[in-house]
Amino acid sequence: MENLNQNREPVIQITGLKKQYKLGQIGGGTLTADLQSWWARLRGKEDPNLVIGTDTRLFGTTFMALNGVDLTVYKGEALGIIGRNGAGKSTLLKILSRITAPTEGEIRLRGRVASMLEVGTGFNNEMTGRENIYMNGAILGMTKAEVDSKIDQIIEFSECGDFIDTPVKRYSSGMFVKLAFAVAAHLDSEIMVMDEVLAVGDMKFQQKCLGKMSDVAGQEGRTVLYVSHNMSTIRQLCTRCIVLDKGRVIFSGDVEQAIAIYMDTTDVNVVHYDLRSVGRQTPSAGKRLFLEELRFLEKESSVFSNAETMKIQIRWHVNEPFSGINMKMNIHYRDSSPVGITHPVSLGAAEPGKTYTTVFEFDPSLLGEGQYFFYLDIFERALTNPVCLDKPSTEFHFEVTNEDFTIPEWPAGWGRIHFPPVKIL
Amino acid sequence: MANTENQNWTTVIRPKTGWFDIDLRELWKYRDLVGMFVKRNFVVYYKQTILGPLWILLNPLITTVIFNVVFGGIAGLAPGGVPSFLFYMAGNTIWTFFAGCINNTANTFVTNAGVFGKVYFPRLTVPFSQVITALLNFLIQFAMFLCFWAYFAITEGSVRFTLWALLLPFLMIEVMLMGLGVGIIVSSLTTKYRDLAIAVGFGVQLWMYATPVVYSMDTLYNQPKLAFLVKLNPMTAPVEIFRMATLGTGTFTLWQFWYSVIATLALLAIGVILFSRIEKTFMDTV
Repeated sequence: MENLNQNREPVIQITGLKKQYKLGQIGGGTLTADLQSWWARLRGKEDPNLVIGTDTRLFGTTFMALNGVDLTVYKGEALGIIGRNGAGKSTLLKILSRITAPTEGEIRLRGRVASMLEVGTGFNNEMTGRENIYMNGAILGMTKAEVDSKIDQIIEFSECGDFIDTPVKRYSSGMFVKLAFAVAAHLDSEIMVMDEVLAVGDMKFQQKCLGKMSDVAGQEGRTVLYVSHNMSTIRQLCTRCIVLDKGRVIFSGDVEQAIAIYMDTTDVNVVHYDLRSVGRQTPSAGKRLFLEELRFLEKESSVFSNAETMKIQIRWHVNEPFSGINMKMNIHYRDSSPVGITHPVSLGAAEPGKTYTTVFEFDPSLLGEGQYFFYLDIFERALTNPVCLDKPSTEFHFEVTNEDFTIPEWPAGWGRIHFPPVKIL
Repeated sequence: MANTENQNWTTVIRPKTGWFDIDLRELWKYRDLVGMFVKRNFVVYYKQTILGPLWILLNPLITTVIFNVVFGGIAGLAPGGVPSFLFYMAGNTIWTFFAGCINNTANTFVTNAGVFGKVYFPRLTVPFSQVITALLNFLIQFAMFLCFWAYFAITEGSVRFTLWALLLPFLMIEVMLMGLGVGIIVSSLTTKYRDLAIAVGFGVQLWMYATPVVYSMDTLYNQPKLAFLVKLNPMTAPVEIFRMATLGTGTFTLWQFWYSVIATLALLAIGVILFSRIEKTFMDTV
């Protein structure tokens, strides 16, 4: 590695970067709430603004989102950053794009950083597509003259030419994203930072974006930092890859090797998940119904042979009366590619204020050998369109082994489903 | 490693350090963004309203009429010698400008949290664009004031510009910077205490009554204590000078003017210091 990079010009140099977050109380948000809490503490009473049952022992302790990151990125590289949820990927990008400041350490940059943490930032619904191109360009650090010189290219790339003088509130969400990405992709910045922006848009446009990104890094000699859970886009785009784990860089180098190491950090030894303090996939999830824990029953590791049946126990709490609660599993392969869903099943009715325990079975016999994870999705079927009740962002990992059909490695080209044999008639 | 030490890096990101951590050169680079924000402010404010931009004129017109009836007619607070309609319009025009600067900048962090959380640009561009928007609104309203001024000058001949009018451009900048200073102080504090954002609208209204907007300094001549308090208000001098310049009526001393300028600089300095301390770690606290 070192020999290869010796003659290349570093554009980002990160030394000893740390970012600390404080756990617990940040503040009541309003002056009255803070005074109230202070007055209660003074009299030795319980803080009225504290969520009941909060574990106050953790308050004041700190959490290192980044714990000493050293990294040099060279000109023209497309660097992939992978790691499990909470490994510090997003924090690293946020510091790089100067949204928040580090606690310790230093980053030296050569050139402008264009962050595309979320495209379309600063778009205004009332303004036309053209006005928004100027607006977004300016937010990303372009001058009016720079946008002027590129506006035709941007409009063409966005495929929104016919609607460019229409307010963007009339755009479909697909058009919106295309326009936003077009601006960001044409930015004359030396360093581009991206956090899974390609998750949206149709397949054709995604391929177009990946192509553009490769051009940006390869031919134009700019540097791309790309964070994603989607290993196939990492493979397609990146020339080098780092793996983050618990706020540190645990590997830097070859993309395939990095992906293999990332896969190994996923854990099949966990059989009990406490979901009370983990994030949810949508803002409304976990409000009316709250999934407290998930447990693989009768197992010490979540490794199953395809002849075994998984027994899973969940505990959930409801805050409102429900008549029809449905649940399904969204199953993914370990590289995040979706495998399939289970048919929704009803959890029955529920009374507010009560906690329920449900045990269900899942038969993994159709899955080919390999490591998988699933998300649990609990939803209410209001007429026809489902409303999400709770969907923790935790990935529940499990591994499937096949005892009567063992091969050294399940070929990727076979897909993930192992159907029963055909019947010869 | 050794050879990378003396290479010229364009940006260095470090933990927050000094007190005055604002990069003015960078702010200048983003001047086009300020322009876009100003444009956006107008678009957002006036699109989809029936009367559209007319509101810029209707608002002060109605306020002036009400002030004229309530404070001029019923309470009799307007001074003699000048048309009370012009007296109130002058006071209202400059006060609306100042209040607009504060009210629009006070919510900088809270209303822009979404954008601030995703992309970096010098955060001061937002309050700057807000006060420039307020300045443009002021210029439009000032033009309307001049129309009424011309009408009264022709029909009654009782109003005249004085030499103080030469100070007007400077006065505008001073009022704008004072509004900016107070606004960014409030906006920095609202990141921790949201209820201040509600209090600020009310506070600005109260502040108006501590400023000779609906009354003149002359009406306070037999209440020296009250007059002293009003003189402590750094907005008193700009309002009085503005009326002196355009209508030839007003009571102030030169030291009051300098006091107002110094207060403006102090408020601005405190605001910028607070703002620069908040902007770097703001995203960790919302």
